[in-house]
Amino acid sequence: MHAIEKILMKNSGKSNIHTGEIVNAKIDFAEINDLYLQTVYSFYEMGGQKVWDNERCAFVFDHYAPCPDIKSAENHKAMREFAIKNNLRFHFDTNCGVCHQVMPEAGVIYPGMIVVATDSHTTTHGAFGAMGTGCGATDMATILMTGELWFRVPEIIEVRLDGKTQKGVYPKDVILAVLGKIRADGAVYKAIDFTGSYVEGLNVAGRMTICNMAVEMGAKTAYMQPNSDVLEYVKKRAVRPYEVQYTDPGYKYAESYTFDVSGIEPELACPSSVENVHTLSSVVAEGEVKINQGYIGSCTGGRVEDIAEAAKILKGRHIPEYTRLVVIPASREVMLECMTRGYISDLMNAGATISTPGCGACLGAHEGILAPGEVCITSTNRNFPGRMGSTEALMYLASPATVAASMVYGKITDPREFLN
Amino acid sequence: MQKVLTGKCIVIGDNIDTDQIYPGRFLAITDPKEIGSHCLCGVSEDIAGNFPEGGFVVAGRNFGCGSSREHAPIALINMGAVAVLADSFARIFFRNAVNLGLLPIICKGINKHVKEGQTLTLDVEAGTVNVHETGEVFECEKLGDQAMKILEAGGIKPMMRAKFAGK
Ligand code: SF4
Repeated sequence: MHAIEKILMKNSGKSNIHTGEIVNAKIDFAEINDLYLQTVYSFYEMGGQKVWDNERCAFVFDHYAPCPDIKSAENHKAMREFAIKNNLRFHFDTNCGVCHQVMPEAGVIYPGMIVVATDSHTTTHGAFGAMGTGCGATDMATILMTGELWFRVPEIIEVRLDGKTQKGVYPKDVILAVLGKIRADGAVYKAIDFTGSYVEGLNVAGRMTICNMAVEMGAKTAYMQPNSDVLEYVKKRAVRPYEVQYTDPGYKYAESYTFDVSGIEPELACPSSVENVHTLSSVVAEGEVKINQGYIGSCTGGRVEDIAEAAKILKGRHIPEYTRLVVIPASREVMLECMTRGYISDLMNAGATISTPGCGACLGAHEGILAPGEVCITSTNRNFPGRMGSTEALMYLASPATVAASMVYGKITDPREFLN
Repeated sequence: MQKVLTGKCIVIGDNIDTDQIYPGRFLAITDPKEIGSHCLCGVSEDIAGNFPEGGFVVAGRNFGCGSSREHAPIALINMGAVAVLADSFARIFFRNAVNLGLLPIICKGINKHVKEGQTLTLDVEAGTVNVHETGEVFECEKLGDQAMKILEAGGIKPMMRAKFAGK
């Protein structure tokens, strides 16, 4: 039996479970972000009165932090009122950061749990050996009322990542290379278990980046067996006791893919689809790609490790005139750490604009929107038309190092040029 | 719920994500009719205003991929769509659609065959789509028991209301 199945089995109170079965499982933590006031509406429309457990659900105000307009301010106000009325133990207002970063930091994410959030990138929490999955507002309202949600026990795909990456190649490059092979719908309704020696040695931030983008292949959830870095991280933070689940030896996956990460180069997802992945070298070989804006941030590429790589490259350099680089740390904790380490001043001296921890322009809400015809290179996770503003803007997804390197000349540039 | 539905269709492509169905810049809107008026504007601004009431959206693979926003099915319903017929659906979109009473029907290859403006009849129980103009009949996948249970209750809201009414 797989660890994910064991989690589902335990939370649905069953003694056995099989693929394809529909189970009602208890939710250990539920998170609603600030796009989903509909959750509150649906809750009352369905006759909800009080949340099932005031210690197991929270709002995170990340997409509109701080509010860019009256409408989002009204939404926050209504959500705050709901949080106060229900006496929620956890609340993440506009001073915290992106939900998938602030939840682990606050210790509400730990191995063996089920976390459901009104956000597709909830697959991120597989990095901690948790089962994380996204849902819509009304599904979330049913959780707030009952503490449960129905799931179909998914097929599980193994993505085995072995070997060591070359210098200048980051977890973001690895997941882009995987996505280019498995494609945007390669794992729809399924779970992805990332295994292999590369994953075993990977730090928390790198694990989160990879699990985060599992949803770009359609995955319901992602999983990585916790390693010592993860256990260290959660030991200091977890707000309740937890039990790590392990996959039984000899478990048979629905499908298996194997990648030798040592062959992966800096990669790009070119406009305008996450599966349109090419090596950076092949893209620039076809001609120079000029950049108007670089963007470093989000639940994919806005952690300390990401900003560190950018600062390393940009320290003592300056972005060209008439270009801009927006850097948005994923959380307050991340930003404080980056300040302590001097990355924020290095980046500001290089010409970067630093903005409030949160989602920012990742989904085109504010803080770095693109005009028609503009080109952006970004450490985020989606480049669909219109994702960061105009439907006529073009987005290249890349590692934070590639974004930083590209901002040195204002054109897509291989980060390895700066790493010797 | 109605199990045999007839209406005109529009035809769009693969990987139509939630940003194309309902762009992020409109997410703060809460009025359903206004949400519907922006539906599919990431594909074309002309779709929502001209959509045939009670019609079908026909698409390729991975319809509704991207974010978990419920605005996507809310927009489709309020634009006037009763069903989406596609090669495959992203999982969260599928759940959201069922919860709100929009039919997500897997009908492989249909978007390569039907044309904008044709009239289709979907028979949910038989699992067929009939194209009036050409007489072609497509097989589609039947919805699972859990999805049917929710749809027959009129969506998850009436279902939960009934469940909680006694408490
Ligand atoms: S950072 Fe981007 S991808 Fe992550 S939750 Fe925010 S909007 Fe979504």
